[in-house]
Amino acid sequence: MSEQVSMRRMMMVLLVAAALSLGACASKKPKFVPAPGPNAADTGAQGSGANGANAGGADEESEGPQGGMLATRLVYFDFDSSEIKGQGTDVVGAHAKYLASHGSARVRLEGHTDERGSREYNIGLGERRAQAVRRALLLQGASEGQISTVSYGEERPAVPGHDEAAWAKNRRVEIVYLTPMPAGAPAAAPKQ
Amino acid sequence: MQPTRESHSHSWHRSARLLALALSLGAAAAARADLKIEITSGVRDPVPIAIVPFAPSAPADGGLDVAGVVQHDLEGSGRFKGLPRERMPATPTQADQVVGAAWKGAGSDYVVVGRLSTLANGSVAVDFDLVNALTGAKLATQRFVGSTSALRNAAHRVSDVIYQKITGVRGAFATRIAYVEVDGTPPNQRYRLIVADADGANQHLVLESQRPLMSPAWSPDGLWLAYVSFETKHSAVYVQLVRTGERRQVSARAGVNGAPAWSPDGHKLALTLAGTNGNLDIYVLDLDTQTLSKLTDDPAIDTEPAWAADGRSVYFTSDRAGSPQIYQIGVQPGARPKRITFGGTYNARPRMSPDGSLLAMVTLDGSNYRIAVQDTASGAVRILSHGRLDESPSFAPNGATLIYSERDGNRGALATVSTDGLTGLRLNATEGEVQDPAWGPFGP
Repeated sequence: MSEQVSMRRMMMVLLVAAALSLGACASKKPKFVPAPGPNAADTGAQGSGANGANAGGADEESEGPQGGMLATRLVYFDFDSSEIKGQGTDVVGAHAKYLASHGSARVRLEGHTDERGSREYNIGLGERRAQAVRRALLLQGASEGQISTVSYGEERPAVPGHDEAAWAKNRRVEIVYLTPMPAGAPAAAPKQ
Repeated sequence: MQPTRESHSHSWHRSARLLALALSLGAAAAARADLKIEITSGVRDPVPIAIVPFAPSAPADGGLDVAGVVQHDLEGSGRFKGLPRERMPATPTQADQVVGAAWKGAGSDYVVVGRLSTLANGSVAVDFDLVNALTGAKLATQRFVGSTSALRNAAHRVSDVIYQKITGVRGAFATRIAYVEVDGTPPNQRYRLIVADADGANQHLVLESQRPLMSPAWSPDGLWLAYVSFETKHSAVYVQLVRTGERRQVSARAGVNGAPAWSPDGHKLALTLAGTNGNLDIYVLDLDTQTLSKLTDDPAIDTEPAWAADGRSVYFTSDRAGSPQIYQIGVQPGARPKRITFGGTYNARPRMSPDGSLLAMVTLDGSNYRIAVQDTASGAVRILSHGRLDESPSFAPNGATLIYSERDGNRGALATVSTDGLTGLRLNATEGEVQDPAWGPFGP
């Protein structure tokens, strides 16, 4: 008899637990919104006035050239600076030479900052670094249609850590090679 | 297991599948534990108050300890001290059962009593009374009615009433916050946009991505979030209906798309665009007509727009004078920006208090980034936070508190501080990091 009672009580507890868990789900309504493909970037892009190199074309990464200095894809910066210097100058020079002689090659320049300061202002500083590399590439023979930029600010650190050693590795521009433009494609992909 | 679209097969299998799905979702939600609150500073003499356990109404109340939620809210404000339950002299649930002297003797100035009841339509009513223990006067009596799932919100509304009756300031417990949770080790991290109650409980996943999500901003009606997502490997601004998850991409122009801010009328977004040449300026996008107008025009970084409460001007960060400082510009054509901050070498990310009396910002204090407020009338600046890497201040809708992000050792946490600097608390994620908070508006 007492066993029956405890069984019934157990059932009640289970049912209440299930109901609670259902209730909790209903109130939380977790919604996963899958990331749309690259084509989604075309919507809402009207009126920018800019002939954006960022739009159009697939942004699939590729291995890119490997030999010598071309294997180096990182350019580092001093605190609060977008000046390319030291080894960075040679790295940018090597990639400029490659882009100038391989017209279908494409790169995306990803600018980053360390974690100090305000997030959206850091997006501006990261963009400034990506633009410094872009201008250096253009000056040395690359063409506009080969280069796009994106700034991640402090949002995508390369290394963890919260000291000067980590910050120095996070203040960077990454040169990311994309799949080459198909033969005959216009140098600058027009915005759709 | 995928939920299916067929609607007419009411088979046992389907129910079982749905139950299994619901339970697994429940388990997933449970794995994301609530943010843990730690009070970091409070007033010297918090108001002593006793929140007596409310009479339950099982099973419709879902077992929620309403009085416990209220006590947690009030203590979290740093201005109240709750009487521990084991020291309560009695357990009244009606105002006329409260014997003032006994509660005064236990050290409480105020007593809150309440009861839950289940209505004929299945919803739950919360009735409560706030009693002055000294005089026996009933200071507030109110009823909130809602579904079981809204009971926690009802508890926060009880806290709002008590807070307002005793402090004179409208409570902001029944509001929500949005923030970004990051876990994993660089460079392989996952980003989640989360909405939770202001106390960090009742979390709701809005969006998850392997690329950064940042800068959530609430629409004035509290229904939508605007945010920046890098899911396409370039930045884009989206607006998303929080309740349904339905969303719309509103800006994916070449270069930077960032820092969305809703106008007070909810019809426009101020945002930062940079174009191919990477010059960040502030624009206003009309969400009804999709027309875009340029607000600032300078080769410097202009970003982080924040609307004045009257919608006639926008505050923003610019390094046009060499270091980042805060400026204000009218939205009428031809307006010229006016510099607002002058102290120090780094003032960024402006946010205006709802009454326009305070400008909150990130300021460089020695070698530390901290949250400060500037009195808009006098220009006086007061530093409110004490961290090393504090950022992203956002006002509670009552203007009494700011939420911001800080770095506590190796952890990114959220923290709040009252605008008088007297009270503060920290919301720690049990795993991962939390950052980029935005405090939502008052509910309807």
